Amino acid sequence: MDNTEKQLFEEIIRDSQKNKTGRREFLQHSLAVGMGLAAGSALWSSEVAAETPKKGGTFRVGVHDANTSDTLDPATFSSVGQIQIVHTHRSFLTEITADNKLGPDLADSWEPNADATIWTFKLNEKATFQSGKKCTAKDVIASINHHRGEDSKSAAKALLETVKDLKADGDYTVIFELSQGVADLPWLMTDYHLAICPAKDDGIDWESGDGTGPYKMVRHDVGVSTSFERHEGWHREGAYFDKVEFTIINDPNARQTALMTGDVDSITSTDLKTLALLKRNKDILIDNTPSGSAITLPMFCDTAPFDNLDVRLALKYAINREEIIEKIMFGTGTVANDVHISPNMPYYKELEQRPYDPEKAKFHLKKAGMDKLSVDLSATDSVYPGAVDMVSLFSESAKPAGIDINVVREPSDGYWSNVWLKKPFCFVKWGARPTPDNIFSLTYAADAAWNESRWKNGRFNELLVMARSELNDEKRAEMYGEMQLLAKDDGGTILPAFVNFVCARRKNVMHGPSVSASWENDGARAAHRWWFA
Amino acid sequence: MNDVLKIIIKRLGLGLVTLLAVSVIIFGAIELRPGGVAEAVLGQGATAETVAAYEKELGLDRPAPVRYFEWLGGALTGDFGKSMTNGRQVSELIAPRFANTLFLALYAAAVAVPLALILGVMAALYRNSIFDRVVNIMTLTSISSPEFFVGYILILFLAVKNSYFPSLSNVNDDMDIMDRLYRLFLPAMTMVLVVTAHMMRMTRASIISLLASPYIEMARLKGVPQSRVITRHALPNALAPIINVIALNLAYLVTGVVLVEVVFVYPGIGQLLVDSVTKQDYPVILACTLTFATVYILLNLAADVGAILSNPRLRHPK
Repeated sequence: MDNTEKQLFEEIIRDSQKNKTGRREFLQHSLAVGMGLAAGSALWSSEVAAETPKKGGTFRVGVHDANTSDTLDPATFSSVGQIQIVHTHRSFLTEITADNKLGPDLADSWEPNADATIWTFKLNEKATFQSGKKCTAKDVIASINHHRGEDSKSAAKALLETVKDLKADGDYTVIFELSQGVADLPWLMTDYHLAICPAKDDGIDWESGDGTGPYKMVRHDVGVSTSFERHEGWHREGAYFDKVEFTIINDPNARQTALMTGDVDSITSTDLKTLALLKRNKDILIDNTPSGSAITLPMFCDTAPFDNLDVRLALKYAINREEIIEKIMFGTGTVANDVHISPNMPYYKELEQRPYDPEKAKFHLKKAGMDKLSVDLSATDSVYPGAVDMVSLFSESAKPAGIDINVVREPSDGYWSNVWLKKPFCFVKWGARPTPDNIFSLTYAADAAWNESRWKNGRFNELLVMARSELNDEKRAEMYGEMQLLAKDDGGTILPAFVNFVCARRKNVMHGPSVSASWENDGARAAHRWWFA
Repeated sequence: MNDVLKIIIKRLGLGLVTLLAVSVIIFGAIELRPGGVAEAVLGQGATAETVAAYEKELGLDRPAPVRYFEWLGGALTGDFGKSMTNGRQVSELIAPRFANTLFLALYAAAVAVPLALILGVMAALYRNSIFDRVVNIMTLTSISSPEFFVGYILILFLAVKNSYFPSLSNVNDDMDIMDRLYRLFLPAMTMVLVVTAHMMRMTRASIISLLASPYIEMARLKGVPQSRVITRHALPNALAPIINVIALNLAYLVTGVVLVEVVFVYPGIGQLLVDSVTKQDYPVILACTLTFATVYILLNLAADVGAILSNPRLRHPK
């Protein structure tokens, strides 16, 4: 091995250790530098995955954002606490893997028909509930139907709108019949609302907490703490800890202190202002994971002055994204490009980054026939801590372009009902959605209830419907690429940044080479995937 | 003695009226807030449709006075209704939380009250000495800092830098009493530091003001030693204001612990109140605030009765 080659190897190993590369990519890189598969594989196991998972211990997690009002009913899930809990004691048809791919969970395999209107899921026959009962097609159908129907108040109702009927074929096959082709259906099944519960009478039994997940819920004190024991005979790899304990710690300071004193082994969110100090602690490791969770500033495309494309472009050029990430997010964000598809999502297309350019903003303003522009921008800190500071910073950066942004601090009570979708320009934060179709249909489609920018682009909407049922991956990627370009250059939403998940753990808590970006703590599957050194 | 009983009954009656007024004010305040429980629970998912469905299901689409009197009717018969968010019985929700809060308050009081009395008496005894000044400075410093700050300081020195005590007070039913006392040491000490100064200063001041009275001078002249003058002659007469302050501080220990509960992640009633206020869950908010109000009313009553019993002139009116 000559010197350059050696350097290259070291770099690859370093990247892997920094979780930039998964095992597969690692092997590809190794092959590319002329190393055999076996040698590469050996190197992987010796250098990167130096630790093999070990069983044992009680994994204690300090979880943020949970409330005494939380329930175990999947239809009403919304808090981080509920999402962490549901992934620990229940499971889903499919999962988003640690390297952000789609993988099997309760379903072993799935197959669409030619136009993606019928999907057949084959269930894992080994899967059981913690109560000992086998998990069958009946349970799956009841659990999905829990979110459908007239009187459902489930947040996942819209997600399943295209599902026409669910059928069982024997005990271990579930058939989804859709009203139109949906190529993403297996991805949608990872949604945290779609947890599988045991069927009961006409509905499901969510009250008992019985599930098919890696751990069995043994004590649940709502909004305070929840204890779990390993689900012996679980149908999958993992669940290395003997016991898992979640303690709800909503106060960031208390959470970090508990981690530092060793009262918990991991926390689901850190205080960004003191992150630099926490990093200095040698016993603590930080997982700073770029995610698909986005901050958006939608402008009503049918309301003056935003109905003018040049005004929208002027505002898009007048925001300083790097400064926002550095000063408001303390480096824990990823620069966004006015497109709601983050780099870790499938079909992400790398487009030329829009810079902060007051001159260009001025140019577009002039093109719109204006010298000056004055607009109101609504925000509240309860949506994102620092939201008001962020829009104030935007207001400052827009001044040199002759744009006067008046920051309106709104009350947090009723922000979603009175400000969002009502005021023409406001601050919004979105949770991560797994696929482009998911987020585009939800908030960019012309007829979507949540079309927050009231953007109606004919070509975009045409592509959206076409791409939804397209099973050819290449063609789909091409369509989503074009849609991303349209959203960037014509859309009504400014996207300053994607929000990273910043979690922390004590250094004896180990995880694989990458962590999933879908939720905090490895897609809320830390209990399933992590282990003690 | 009958007079005291009469006073107690009269005051309890007034207390009920106060509670009624409190419930009206709190209910009115919740109604004034924008949004409602449906919007708060559904968050971003709150469309006009889902909000209407949610409100209909919980009967929130009816006018406020109707809902208030319905709640009141239930409350008078001991039924505080169900939580609007998770459908659990309010009494079932509050009882364990309130027990936790009371436990912490009693723990803190068991340390703070004797400590404050002893320090107060000693400070009066050694008035203007170094001891007096040190005690005054220390207690005034701790009362002048907000309780969450006192909590953080204790955590920093007793949990982070030296791991003597846990920073989390996460208790559960399986813990024995010693374990509980250990886990609750830091929050209890925080409360002690916050309330001691007030009681100690009052003890000191009322004893000192009595020390100038003629009967104390008489006691001194007949040769009674200073310590006995204070404990036997001055203290019994100084009791009324001290009891008042103690009652006030005990009430504070129960109702003012919200921040301490947050800092130490202790599942008390304060946390529950904060949670239900963010979700605008009015049956729980009303039940929590009425619990607090009841504690205040009862302790105030106890203080007045205590003051009467400790004063012969009030005990035997002419």
